Order: sequence, then structure tokens, then C-alpha cells
Amino acid sequence: MRRDAGGMRWIYIGVSVSTVALIASAIWTLLTLRAVAQPGGGVTPLAISVTGHQWWWEATYPGAEPDGTFRTASEIHIPTNVPVRLELRADDVIHSFWVPKLAGKTDVIPGRVNSMWIEARTPGVYRGQCMEYCGVEHALMAFRVVAEPPAQFAAWRRRQLAGASTGASIAPGYRVFARRCSACHAIRGTESGGIYGPDLTNLSGRATLASGTLPNTPANLARWIAHPQAVKPGARMPDIDLPPGEMQPLVAYLETR
Amino acid sequence: MATIARNRLPDQEREKLRATWETAPGVYGWFATVDHKQIGIRYLVTSIVFLLIGGVEALVMRVQLAQPGMKLLAPEQYDQLFSLHGVTMIFLYALPVLSGFSNYLWPLMLGSRDMAFPRVNALSYWLYLLSGVFLYVGVPLGQAPNGGWFNYVPYTSREYDPGINIDIYALGLIFLGISTAVGSANFVVTLLRTRAPGMSINRMPILVWGTVTASAANLLAVPSVSLACLMLWLDRSFGAHFFEVSGHGQPLLWQHLFWAFGHPWVYALVLPAMGIVSDALPVFCRRPLVGYTAVALATVTTMVIGFGVWVHHMFATGLPAMAISFFSAASIIIAIPSAIAVFSWLATIWTGQPVFRTPFLFFAGFVILFVIGGVSGFMTASAALDWQLTDTYFVVAHLHYVLLGINLFPVVGGIYYWFPKMTGRMMGERLGRWSFWTMFIGFNIAFFPMHVVGLEGMPRRVYTYPADLGLGGWNLLISVGAFLFAAGILLFLVNLVLSLSRGAPAGPNPWDAPTLEWATSSPPPPHNFDIIPIVASRHPLWEDRLEEVEERSQLDRGYLLDVGRETIGTTPMDAEPNVILRMPGDSLLPLGLALCVTLLFLGLLAHAWVIAGLGLAGALGVLVAWLAPAPPVEAQKARIYA
Repeated sequence: MRRDAGGMRWIYIGVSVSTVALIASAIWTLLTLRAVAQPGGGVTPLAISVTGHQWWWEATYPGAEPDGTFRTASEIHIPTNVPVRLELRADDVIHSFWVPKLAGKTDVIPGRVNSMWIEARTPGVYRGQCMEYCGVEHALMAFRVVAEPPAQFAAWRRRQLAGASTGASIAPGYRVFARRCSACHAIRGTESGGIYGPDLTNLSGRATLASGTLPNTPANLARWIAHPQAVKPGARMPDIDLPPGEMQPLVAYLETR
Repeated sequence: MATIARNRLPDQEREKLRATWETAPGVYGWFATVDHKQIGIRYLVTSIVFLLIGGVEALVMRVQLAQPGMKLLAPEQYDQLFSLHGVTMIFLYALPVLSGFSNYLWPLMLGSRDMAFPRVNALSYWLYLLSGVFLYVGVPLGQAPNGGWFNYVPYTSREYDPGINIDIYALGLIFLGISTAVGSANFVVTLLRTRAPGMSINRMPILVWGTVTASAANLLAVPSVSLACLMLWLDRSFGAHFFEVSGHGQPLLWQHLFWAFGHPWVYALVLPAMGIVSDALPVFCRRPLVGYTAVALATVTTMVIGFGVWVHHMFATGLPAMAISFFSAASIIIAIPSAIAVFSWLATIWTGQPVFRTPFLFFAGFVILFVIGGVSGFMTASAALDWQLTDTYFVVAHLHYVLLGINLFPVVGGIYYWFPKMTGRMMGERLGRWSFWTMFIGFNIAFFPMHVVGLEGMPRRVYTYPADLGLGGWNLLISVGAFLFAAGILLFLVNLVLSLSRGAPAGPNPWDAPTLEWATSSPPPPHNFDIIPIVASRHPLWEDRLEEVEERSQLDRGYLLDVGRETIGTTPMDAEPNVILRMPGDSLLPLGLALCVTLLFLGLLAHAWVIAGLGLAGALGVLVAWLAPAPPVEAQKARIYA
């Protein structure tokens, strides 16, 4: 029996071939990293600030004038064919922002501002979710990116800026909201300005509740308000014992545009 | 030097050696033994018990995930389970099981009578056992670690995780780290000092290369995680601000410290297992390993590069492009030494005459899983691709191919292979084949589809997933595969237990293998070798049939060393004998020290400073007794048996 009878050829050939393949893909990786670092022209006309919370996403659209800034939750609208810069912040623990069809992941880390850019070529709804384990409801921390043609996006933006009408603010449902919900939640155009939970301005325009957990229907909204801990155990929103007489107007108020 | 010229060692000499080295009978001996073979088997049994515990945790999770929206587990229960599963498998199974093999086999493979520091060896086992129990103390209270095995801050700061869950994790890892560190130091010194005369470093089995490489790496890597855990514990207990943003701490610091440990550790979990295959696979191919030198050097190279790739766990953290490019390239290049090993195994199989016994099946299956896990690993090494893949089930698939494929399959194959040496009996071949095929098929059904659900975007560490993602079917298949895989493990264990009493007698060398451990009886006597062999080649038991080997190893002539517990000390590179090492006998000191350290850590966990102080004082007291100089012994002359 010879010690290395012909076997070394396997190593020479096999390792040479793999080395070439590995080096080629290392080069491909470096070129790709450079290519995706900045959008085509290097400009991002729109910047949105995104903040990860346990367990929902907040998007803040900055405006030129003080009143031009508005917030929304777990649904980010962007115009199509425009590179959008996202500034990512964390409110509590580390999260990770991922919309698989638009870009890779970027972690959202307390004490840091990470930034990335996305661009949607076709209008549509792109699902995204938190990818870094962030506590008990990490599983239910999805969001949606809604890409619309620029004109539609502008219209959406105007609606968000306008907030609720004055008439709506004196609706009976609003009085329940102000008493029960406004410590944490805000509605633009009213005196309710809580900052701990999602901004609920134009809630009826969003497709889901509780960060992608439930489809946004009046029945689901009532269920969520009554027993958040049954729908999303551990969520920061407490179960509130709402008398039947208050639930119906509250849901009606939140679900009207 | 007195020489004895006889052909066979007289029985009374052998009995004298046996009486000198035998562990005392009864309970005292059970707690006081320093015999590396007993310690090795304890390591193996304990780590397999942890494997089963971690496996049951995995099966419970697979029931929860079998369909979307299942309510078997509450989210918090799921989080504790996946954290415990990771901690158990990575810390309490994967490395200790390899320490078990190495503890049992090293002195036998190296032609020595024990490890360099037998009492330290016992200490590292007791510390391992007790730290393993410590990591589980929270389970009855429902307060098990729940931050994942990676335990990222600030989720694991007191603000977001106020229970003792994370304190158990942080202190438990420091505790276990002591065991790993002393065990690793013991391996390194054993390699440098106690090889048989003539076993120069180019004649060591690859398992020895793998374990010493991993041990040296552990000595450098473990301090990083121990430090991180200490800092975290200080943050949590006293409001230090190492990681807290409010005190200008840096959450990312944890990730750097953790992965600077974590990635070298991953290689430490596989290199000794690759060594098992490099040593045992050729036996079933009836030829020496192709490219011994290349494989040995590849082992070391992998580890060296392995210290420069940790940031590939952090590609998505927003680090500068330059850093990401460097670590991405390094993570791709590290596949080259692995390629050397893979082609060496393939060439060994191809140019040999394979004997399809159960161990061969496990080793050949390992090569396939290694390649799949290697390819998916190389994909995640590319940062551009990793931004899509990281934190999805693709990575879960990858790491299980790597850790089960490269660790568990060689371990089970290795148990089939060395069981005859350990017990004197063969394991059942029929049941062995059944266990292999059930495990191999179950494994691939369980883990291959995870690549698919990962590419579909399913996140890791989620207790449920929405039905409209359409992943219910895949997940059901994965869960079925997981149970099939578990059934394979069960068959293996049944075989193991049955073979203990019913296995066919093995004889010293049932596989006709070339290395020294097969030169002694099965099971080996307490002193391993009647006579310390003198090694002249890499394959002492195959010399007669290998061309190119001129010299002959001497197995029945050499140092007798029968005056008290003695073994020969040799020089680090060439293994030339230069000293007689006196070895300690049975001792309760290792257990005593381990118990005091346990008390210390329990005190720290409960913030009961008096108890912690007692534990510390006790530990120092035991150390004083341990290090107290023994009365000087008259220098002995080695007796050469020729």
C-alpha cells in the first residue's frame, strides 16, 4: 500500500478550482457592495425617519415648516421610481428593518442612526418585518411599504398632513378617545398628542392593525381595543375594560376618514 | 538504567501497574477519580444527556411551528425554549462532547498514561457539569435565559429583561468558561509534553491537531465572552454602563465581544470533529489519509483565519463599507482550507477500498452535509447576499448543516467506531445502519426545506408566522423531518444500550486500525499501556504493509515506569524523552473546588454576598491545599523494558 497513491491530485485540482471560484465571488461581492451603496445619481430626494419600537414601526415624514412633519405607523408610503433614504433609529432595543423585495436588512440600533435607501420600480404593497429578535412579540412586528405613483403619494401626504377635521374632533367617539387613549396615542388636528403608541391619524387608511397582526376592519379593531393581550400577548397596550357604550363610537370614530 | 529483557511483561508487573493506576473502589473513587478514560466517558454521557434535553426543546418548538398560529406555547415560553436550545446545544453539548472524545482518546493515541494534569482534567469536568446545571436552575422557576444564545443587549439589559433569566446566562457562561479554559490548557500542555517518544508533531493523529487547535483558540476566545458577560452582569447588577446608551455605552460592543468569541468557537466545535473523520474514515477506506500534512495545516489555518471573520455576523449593523468588505472577503477565503479537507476525504474514499460499515456511513454522510453546509456558509459570507439571508431560516438551515453535519454525525460515527475500545464490545451493525439512514433522511427532510422558507423570508426566532405567507406546508414537512431525525437518534441510543451487554466481543483492534489506541486491550487497563511505546511512524500498526515506511515502532519494548504513577515527558516538537513525569492519584480536591465555585456563582446570582464570599474563600482554601508542595521524591531512574 502506498501512502498517497494518486490522491494528491484530487487536492491540487479540487482546491485550485474552488479557489478560483471563491476569489471570483469575493470580487463579485465587493463590486455589488459598491454598486448598492448609493442610488444611481447619488441623490435621494425624499428622506423618511423610521423608528423601531417594541413591537411596531413608526415612520416620520419631515416637512419644511414645523407643522409639515407627520407620523404614521407600520405602513410606510413611498413614491415609485424615486430613491428614498431611510434613517433608522431604535426607541428601545435592537430591531432590524427588512423589506425583502426592496433591499437587504439594516439593523436598527439604540444610540445609532443607520441609513439605507430603497426604491420601488412598480407600484404595489411590499411586506416587511423586523428581523432581529427583540422580545416576546418579535414574531408580530410586520409592516407594509406602499409604493404609489408620485401624484397619488402626494395626495396621501396631503391627507396625512391635514389630519382629522375639526368636526370629527367633537364626535362622541373622539371624547372616548381623548379620555381613554390619548395618553399614548395622537391624532393630528386634535388635542390628543400621546407619543408612546402609534399615531392614529387616518387609521382607517391603513390595511392592518397591531403591526400586520390583524386586517383592519371595524370588528378586528374592536377586538384589538378590547383585548390586545389576547391578540398579541405581551404587547405594550394594556387590556382596557371599555364599557359597551364607549366601544362602538370609538371604533366608528377611528374607522371614519 | 535497569533493563528487563523478556518478551512479555510478567503478570506481576502488569498487576503492579494496574494497582498503581486503578481508581479506588466505591463512592470515594467515583468522586475522586482522575482517570482520563472515566472522565472522558463522563463528558460523553453528560453531553449526550444535554443533547437529548436540547433535542426535546427543539421538538416542542417544531410542534409549535408545524402550522401557522399554533398556540401550544406562549411567546415567552417559546423564547426561553429557543434560547435554552441554543445555549444547551452550543455550550453544553457540542464542545463538551468533543472534549469527551479527546479526553478519552488523547493519552491512548499519544501513547501516554494520562493527560498532563489529571486533577485539572477532573476539575474541568465537574465545572462543566455544575455550570450546566447552573444554566438550568431558572427552568423550574420559569426564568430560564430568554435572550437567545447570542443574548444581544439592550434587550438583555435589566430595563427590558428584569428577571434573573439573563443573570443566569451571564454568570453561567463565565462559570462554564472556567471549565473550558482549564480543559483547553490541559490539552495544550498534554500535547506539548506527554506524547510517546518518537511521536513528532508530523505523526500525530488529526484529531489531536484539531483538538489542540481548538483548545489554543478557546484560550484566546473564551476570555472575550467571559468579559462581555461580566460587563453585562455589572450593568445589570450595579448600573455600570458598558452597554447602556443612556450612560454612553455601546450596544454594538456586546456584539463585537460576543462574536469575537463566537466565531472562533464555532470552528472549535467542528475542527476536532473533522479530526475524528480524518482519522477514522481512512480506516474504512483501508488506506492512509490523503494529504495528511495539507489537512493538518488546513486545520490550523482555518482557526487562524477564523479569528478574522466575526463581523460576518454583523453585516447588517451598518458598519462602514470598508470593514464589511474586508470581513466578507475573509469569510469567503476561509473556505479554502475547508476545501482542502473535503478533497482529501473524497480522494481517500475514491482511491481506497471502502468498507461500508456503520461508522463509514456516518463519515461519508458527514462529507455530504459538510459540503451543503459549506456552500450555504459561503453564500452567507458574501455580504451582499447576506443582507437578504441573515436572520432568516436560511441561516438556521446553514448552521444546523454545519453543527449537526460537522459535529453530530462525526460524533455518532465516532461513538460507533470507538465504542469497542471503550467497552470491549461491538455495537450492532444492523441497528447501526437503520440509525444512520433514519438520522440522515430525517435530518435532510428537517433542515433542507429551511433553506426554502428562509429564502421565502421567514424570520428566525419567531414563535409563529402568519398563514398568508404560505409557509405552513414547508413547516409541517420540517417538523415531520425533525421527529424522524429524533427517531434516528433514539435508534442509536437503543443500539448503544443493547450493545453494552449484548455486543460481540471486540478484541484490541476490531477495525484493523493503525493508531496507538488500538494497540492496547479493549477496554484499556487503568494505566493504558504496559509499556510506553516508541513511535516511528504515523501508522504504528500498519507499518508492515505500508511502503515508504522503513522504521518500525516498538510496542512491546520501551519505558516501563512502574514506580508510582509515572509517565514519560517528551520534547514539544520531536517527542524526544527528557523527563519522567510524576502524576497525581485520586483526589477530592477537583470536586471540592468545583463545588466552592458553584457556591460562589449561586451567591453572585442571588446577590447573597456572604454566600459568594464563602464560596470564594472555600475555593481559595482548596487551591492552597491543591498547590501545597508535595514532599520531595527521590529521583527515579527509568526502567527500559527491552
